[in-house]
Amino acid sequence: MAKDEFKEYRLVGTRPDRPDGLDKVTGRARYGADMSAPGMLWAAVVRSPHAHAKILKIDASKAEALDGVKAVVTRADFPTGLTGEEWNLQENTMAGEKALYDGHAVAAVAATSKLLAEEAARLIEVEYEVLPHVIDVDDAIKPDAPVIREGAANASVPEGMPPNVVQYLDFGRGDIEAGFAEADLVSEKTYKTEATHQGYIEPHACLGQLGEDGKGEMWVCTQGQWFIRKMCSDVLGLDTAQLRVTPSEIGGGFGGKTTIFMEPLSLALSRKAGGKPVKLVMSRSEVLRATGPTASASMDVKIGMKKDGTITAARAEFRMQGGAFPGSPVDMALYCCFAPYKLENVQHIGYDVLANRPKCAAYRAPGSPMGAFAVESLLDEMCRELGVDPMEMRLKNAVVEGDTASYGPKYGSIGLVETLEATKAHPNLKAELGPNQGRGMASGYWFNHNGETSVSLAISEDGTAQVSIGTPDIGGSRASIALMTAETLGIPYEDVRVNVVETGALGVNEPTHGSRATFASGKAAVIAAGQAIKEMCKRAANEWGIDPEAVEWADGAAQPAGPNAGKFPPMTIAEIAGKMGSTGGPISGHHESVPEGVGASFGCHVVDVEVDPETGHVKILRYLVVQDAGRAIHPSYVEGQYQGGAAQGIGWALNEAYIYDENGKLQNSVFLDYRVPVASDLPMIDTVIVEVPNPGHPYGVRGVGETGITPPLPAIANAIQAATGARLHDLPMSPPKVLAAIKAMG
Amino acid sequence: MSKMHVTTTVNGDTVEFLADPRETLLDSLRDQLGLTGTKEGCGTGDCGACSVRLDGTLVCSCLVLGVEADGKRIDTIEGMSEDGALHPLQRKFIEHAALQCGFCTPGILIAAKALLEENSNPTEEEVRYWLAGNLCRCTGYDKIIRAVMDAAAELRQEAA
Amino acid sequence: MRYHTPSTFEDAAQLAAGAQGLTRFLAGGTDVLVQMRAGSVLPDDLIDIKKIPGVSDITKTDDGGWRIGVAVPGHKLGADAALRADWPGVVEGMELVGSTQIQGRATLAGNLCNGSPAADGVPGLVAAGATVEITGPDGTRTAKVEDVPTGPFKTSLAQGEVISAILLPPRGPNGGDAYLRFIPRTEMDIAVVGCAVSLTLDGDTISDARVALGAVAPVIALAPDAAKAIVGTTLDDAALDALARAASAACKPIDDKRGTVEFRTEVAGVLAKRAAKIAYARAKGA
Repeated sequence: MAKDEFKEYRLVGTRPDRPDGLDKVTGRARYGADMSAPGMLWAAVVRSPHAHAKILKIDASKAEALDGVKAVVTRADFPTGLTGEEWNLQENTMAGEKALYDGHAVAAVAATSKLLAEEAARLIEVEYEVLPHVIDVDDAIKPDAPVIREGAANASVPEGMPPNVVQYLDFGRGDIEAGFAEADLVSEKTYKTEATHQGYIEPHACLGQLGEDGKGEMWVCTQGQWFIRKMCSDVLGLDTAQLRVTPSEIGGGFGGKTTIFMEPLSLALSRKAGGKPVKLVMSRSEVLRATGPTASASMDVKIGMKKDGTITAARAEFRMQGGAFPGSPVDMALYCCFAPYKLENVQHIGYDVLANRPKCAAYRAPGSPMGAFAVESLLDEMCRELGVDPMEMRLKNAVVEGDTASYGPKYGSIGLVETLEATKAHPNLKAELGPNQGRGMASGYWFNHNGETSVSLAISEDGTAQVSIGTPDIGGSRASIALMTAETLGIPYEDVRVNVVETGALGVNEPTHGSRATFASGKAAVIAAGQAIKEMCKRAANEWGIDPEAVEWADGAAQPAGPNAGKFPPMTIAEIAGKMGSTGGPISGHHESVPEGVGASFGCHVVDVEVDPETGHVKILRYLVVQDAGRAIHPSYVEGQYQGGAAQGIGWALNEAYIYDENGKLQNSVFLDYRVPVASDLPMIDTVIVEVPNPGHPYGVRGVGETGITPPLPAIANAIQAATGARLHDLPMSPPKVLAAIKAMG
Repeated sequence: MSKMHVTTTVNGDTVEFLADPRETLLDSLRDQLGLTGTKEGCGTGDCGACSVRLDGTLVCSCLVLGVEADGKRIDTIEGMSEDGALHPLQRKFIEHAALQCGFCTPGILIAAKALLEENSNPTEEEVRYWLAGNLCRCTGYDKIIRAVMDAAAELRQEAA
Repeated sequence: MRYHTPSTFEDAAQLAAGAQGLTRFLAGGTDVLVQMRAGSVLPDDLIDIKKIPGVSDITKTDDGGWRIGVAVPGHKLGADAALRADWPGVVEGMELVGSTQIQGRATLAGNLCNGSPAADGVPGLVAAGATVEITGPDGTRTAKVEDVPTGPFKTSLAQGEVISAILLPPRGPNGGDAYLRFIPRTEMDIAVVGCAVSLTLDGDTISDARVALGAVAPVIALAPDAAKAIVGTTLDDAALDALARAASAACKPIDDKRGTVEFRTEVAGVLAKRAAKIAYARAKGA
């Protein structure tokens, strides 16, 4: 099953050392905070201690009086007149009239040392008028909730909706009531999930420089250097091409580093300090308070099921808050939640709601885990009630190629059934369970994404190849792209160097998001390699004096294509490259597009838990991830994505949550109380890579990063019920809640 | 705030620097000595990315002051490979794909080396508890634990 | 901020007594540096007591008790087999504080002086009947460990006073202690509930017991009714149930980000039972 067993490729499916491995085990790899520049200043940010407050006055005179303080900026230093998402980004970077959440930036300062900048920030006095605030999504959607911002709703919102609703969705098909009427059991329940943070270990960091002439540079940890360039330019009113953004190595992102938070502040401070470079590094507390967590959700799901497990109709009504700005992933949650199931009658309703929380950012399969928690939990509850095996229910209703997805489009080649069958066959499903132990399963879905992509490839003088890509490498994509390029060119893996390049070196690339890097940059690299091969065949043909069509590329060399082409010894890539200067100049390939042919990925997880009935503590005993990769280019890093996604989902399910006090202040802004899983919390995470190749990619790639965070939330809820009889409808399923649920059963 | 003169040994070399007494050892290493392999993930001792050895003891360098390093011996990730030869842990991390973003890797390697010096044959559970103070958000720890166990096995074989 | 490295406790006390602004003593620094980083405590004078001779020593006293230096970090406490044999509950409490890295620095004295109601190192000391030696500008005094914290993050230490040693009484024969805490994860959390039990047996019967609870009241404190519930018993099921009820009844917890009133109250009883069983087994020589 695993790629290792495929024999048709020389390199694809093997597990070579990653090209950045040595730098990363020796401490040489340079991340966001690791860069310095001559004459550099350090920055610090003043943040609102209030969830919602009018900013009456900012007095920086004491800070500015300190020896070594070079610049202070407030919103007054930013251009006015922005609208839409550009205004949102600017407002989130630096509060204007109101602070909209605890941690919202209100001023920033640059000084000659880090300690001095922090001291100066403490001396900036801000006068606030505290306003009523709202945190919970069900409170925020009430008609009389404190209004976060007038006029933020888009055209989708009908007249008369509560004031904090900024987007409304209503879509589906079939006859939902007729569908429920056909069912033997109709269940409707409400589920809630709390906001969680991506929790990358590297805090946001950048080193920015901006001159009086509007030309600037930035070194930054990001998933997308072009997004940083565009967003900073928009927020500061710069010409986009005048800003050059170089991505550092990135210490994790998971979607949270696809946007800006504080990057424009370093540029604004630099400009005000006469163009000196300014380094800005967030503390963990700033990361948790003021960078993108995901949304919190409140969800009603209603499903009709026949006695044999057939789903007759399904309805989802989701309310999500994504902070004080529009943009919760309620839409994607709705698209994904029923995606694994054949449905003729389905309805989706969604509300995007404002609340006094930080602006949410993408987090691994945005929206999908919340929707899955609601739908996969309810399906499990219904299977219990009807005595239907949850695996058989999933197989019975599973979508296949050609089916119309719950959210509209027709599925191409997909591997849901193969994934479920591989799960069913896994030995973990036969492991014996003891007292207080239970097993749960759930499915998950992610579309995967293409996005704007630009890649250049060049053959070096010795026949090695360099590939310039625009998608920062988070989980090993340089290795997978080098494998595909080397496979295509017929040269050793080690002969390819893949570089993640700055904005000046390529056309616009979307970030590494949507599980797209190996799919999109990989596909573009393969096409670019094909162009280089065509050129090399032409050079050989010229030398041999034959038609270029009579030359084929095999084993890293140009070869005469058949006996009619003439008898010539193969001309290797090194030979062709060695004389390219005299045979027509540089040999390269280049491809830019929004690549077609995205392949969606389904997964199925099975978890065994043990619950301490006296404390409600949940221990993960066994964990299995089965997911369709399309094709695993570097299986180790595919497994790594599966395991990492599962671990994040386990954290979300059990202990991670944003906790606010009655004043709307975040209570757990350090890793001590924002409880991501530690090594001793987890077992080994078993993986099965299912491979139903994606016909839309030259090597069958689908994209593997995101689906894996989706099933753990419901799978663990289902396992807890199996172990205890108690059903949890709210996340996190922390010990107090689990114990209370056990006690409530009597 | 007058700075204090600090003389210390880092990865076997004697170094001197002037430290503001409020400055952490982590900041001294990174900002004064240019040793940026040691990372800050939290600044509160909860993530282990800044792990170093202080006179042989595993500590979070974010919870040590630079001035406390005076007269001490400090070992960081930059000193882990000797004469260009990777430590078996470093090799096994690459072989087992035990890193993705790599940001937590230096701290985990330093912590794992301290473990194997104390316990050459740890169980999986012992490795997991020893490394509980080293957060990794990318891998789910699976491949990290395997790499440490495999490096331990190799080191035992070498020693035998 | 001024950084001082006195070479005697008397000097440390004089420095602190004479200081004008905010003063902090520095041992392991695992609380102080976090507070400095957060900006919640910005000392004018930081007095590092680690250069004082003897602060890193663990010594058995003439009466069979123990004197633990204030700069002894957790990992060193854990490595002392003889101390662990006498007071395993004290040692395991300290060992639960933070990660391996934290264990390289954090000290029992610091855990106590931080004044957290959830300090894992303290209930074991309280149950053991430990005392502290305090050096002040006017000399030294001793105090019971449970008299040091006076409220969350507050202590009874006067300006200029510094703890100069932790003193454990002789364990004596047929004794055992244990500490358990509840946390949501398996490591790295602050206790939601903590419970230490120290007991002495006369044959199979408990002749003396002390039960201390953490994280369920403004200060870590003894629960005398809980101890009474098991004295004179063989820790049978009825005694365990009475212990659990008494431990729960002794709780005056709060709802916070780490747990609820109901949860803490309930789990205090659960942990008391579990810790008592371990202490009993240890007293029996298990």
